[in-house]
Amino acid sequence: MKHIISIQLENESGALSRVSGLFSARGFNIESLTVAPTNDATLSRMTIVSIGDEDIIEQIVKQLNKLIDVVTVTNLTATEHIERELMLVKINVEPSTQADIDQHIDEYAGKIVDVSENTYTVEIAGKSQRIDDFLASLDVSKILEVSRTGVTGVCQKREY
Amino acid sequence: MKLNGAQILVKCLQSEGVEYIFGYPGGAVLHIYDALDACKEINHVLVRHEQGAVHAADGYARVSGKCGVALVTSGPGLTNAVTGIATAHMDSIPMVVISGQVSSAVIGNDAFQEVDSVGITRSCVKHNFLVTDIGDLATVIKKAFHIATTGRPGPVLIDISKDTTIDDIEFGGYPKTINMRSYQPEIKIESSQIDKAIALIIQAKKPIIYSGGGSVIGNADVELIALTRDTGFPITQTLMGLGAYPATDKQSLGMLGMHGTYEANMAMHDADCIIAVGARFDDRITGNLDLFCPYAKIIHIDIDPSSVGKTVGVDVAIIGQVTDALNALSTGLKGKKLADISAWWRQINEWRAVDSMAYQTKAGVIKPQSVIEALYEVTKGEAIVTSDVGQHQMWAAQYYPFDKPRRWINSGGLGTMGFGLPAAMGAKLAEPNSDVACVTGEGSIQMMLQELSTMLQYDTPVKIINLNNGYLGMVRQWQEFFYDKRYSMSYMDALPDFVKLAESYGHIGIKVEKEADLMPALKEAFAQKDRTVFLDILTDPTENVFPMIPSGAGHHEMLLAGRDEMASTNDKGLNLV
Repeated sequence: MKHIISIQLENESGALSRVSGLFSARGFNIESLTVAPTNDATLSRMTIVSIGDEDIIEQIVKQLNKLIDVVTVTNLTATEHIERELMLVKINVEPSTQADIDQHIDEYAGKIVDVSENTYTVEIAGKSQRIDDFLASLDVSKILEVSRTGVTGVCQKREY
Repeated sequence: MKLNGAQILVKCLQSEGVEYIFGYPGGAVLHIYDALDACKEINHVLVRHEQGAVHAADGYARVSGKCGVALVTSGPGLTNAVTGIATAHMDSIPMVVISGQVSSAVIGNDAFQEVDSVGITRSCVKHNFLVTDIGDLATVIKKAFHIATTGRPGPVLIDISKDTTIDDIEFGGYPKTINMRSYQPEIKIESSQIDKAIALIIQAKKPIIYSGGGSVIGNADVELIALTRDTGFPITQTLMGLGAYPATDKQSLGMLGMHGTYEANMAMHDADCIIAVGARFDDRITGNLDLFCPYAKIIHIDIDPSSVGKTVGVDVAIIGQVTDALNALSTGLKGKKLADISAWWRQINEWRAVDSMAYQTKAGVIKPQSVIEALYEVTKGEAIVTSDVGQHQMWAAQYYPFDKPRRWINSGGLGTMGFGLPAAMGAKLAEPNSDVACVTGEGSIQMMLQELSTMLQYDTPVKIINLNNGYLGMVRQWQEFFYDKRYSMSYMDALPDFVKLAESYGHIGIKVEKEADLMPALKEAFAQKDRTVFLDILTDPTENVFPMIPSGAGHHEMLLAGRDEMASTNDKGLNLV
């Protein structure tokens, strides 16, 4: 099963490789990983999507907690949470298909952030499934480039 | 007063109370060596290879309980140290390794003797640091010692760029305390878990205590003995745990696992309640996980939550210091009536009567087991025994019953050949008044032979018990059992004359070829209090380590010497190694 694990860690050089190194050394799977500093500049927030059964996820959480730079680890999937992902996608647009594509973008509340000759760059945010669905709704031959951030998320409770 | 980084480092090490540094100089650490030269309080031991430095610091730490310290230069100095660091990491040994690094201006430029030390060691340290700013140095050193010695201990690397050692700064003193929000090693035992454990313990009709390295590292011998005596339960100890509970006591069933005793493994298999104390259910203990302890409720005490439930599911997890947990159990059990376990002891005594440690003697050959028994006799069971890795390691663990902790020093987790000799040197420095024996084989000893030279220079007399059977014995044993006796590369042809070799290093060498010479040679060796003596003992080249759970089998499927000469395994076992 897919789990979203949210980590607060010291914003220090090498902290990212400690986490990614742990996953590769112990054979844990990483589906996506995002990281950026938080409002506290000394802390980074990392969100990892991993696939594994309960025992593996438990080990992942325990092993992450063991890393000296890690301050907190939360399995978001185990609690009420909000998850979002952002995608930038370049789409080939011909006059004959433009109306159809515009409609798709509207349906998915996408934003056209750049228009150049025969090309849209579209921003879509939402649950990963929504992004998958949007891509699936397009003619594959029209998709020029895809860049997704991977999932980030927060717990819905005020504190955890 | 302004001090340079090297001087600050040395001041900080002094403040930590460091007695010994094991190290080897080189370009990136020349400033540090210059500062060390001016320091009279810290003794530096110049090894002959950086791996030896780390193993010596490790042996020192295991015997003394203090933090070991090693110092190496950048590049090859660090890469040579990696095996030692990984060895300490697998066995949770408190250690700080200081490595030089090229100047920060050229880091990343493939400079001379540059490697990414922090990257290379990341997966085999508890934590590591790269220091490129002298302002961070003292705090980092404080953190390093704090991390290395608290919680589940482990090695910490401090990589210091050369310019950091040259720069100077007004030194504000070594921090007295350190608080890290991301590292809180103090864990309070949860009383609800203790209650659950006690409920299981008082019902248990077939209980067993299974104690591991955590009881030694966590200095829990007194508490372990108290709980074991109070409950009257049988106890078995892992290779890493030997000595925390006295092996000669009647409640001790000896070691468990692949080469453990019949009674220990059978008792584990049939137990209805297992109290695991600072042990981590590793594959050498469990054998085939599908067949492991099928009837038992498991209580697991460990300082490291990630050890719990990693390979074996447990019923009650008690996370915290082993001493705290054992005390809490002992207190909770006061006044409680335990179930009658006399039938269990009768069963155990039947298993004991099998006498699984018996071995057959053969006229004209020296049995390796008898060497260890003679060593035990000559040292009255009081020596510190280090070992290398292989058959001799198992025989030492099986035939030298340790009654005290920190007397049995071996690389249990990583299984590092070459560990024994430098570890013996570190052990002797930690306890100069104890006899130190290094039980080794002609394969292992040749991996760290060069440290014989260091041992002469620093006057660390140890007795090297070389069980020389001309084979990489454990490899040969597995090839005999599992590879149809195809002895691929397990024969060590062209061995040196170890007697002459020892003599050329300034030590005493004695060759023992006949059984009748064994005892006199051992006595002679230990009578030479001030000398390192290399006993090259020619032992039976065909002897195998028994009893044995063939890899892939369960605890109840043990093979015994003289009764099951040939072991077999299955695909699963071969995969387990």
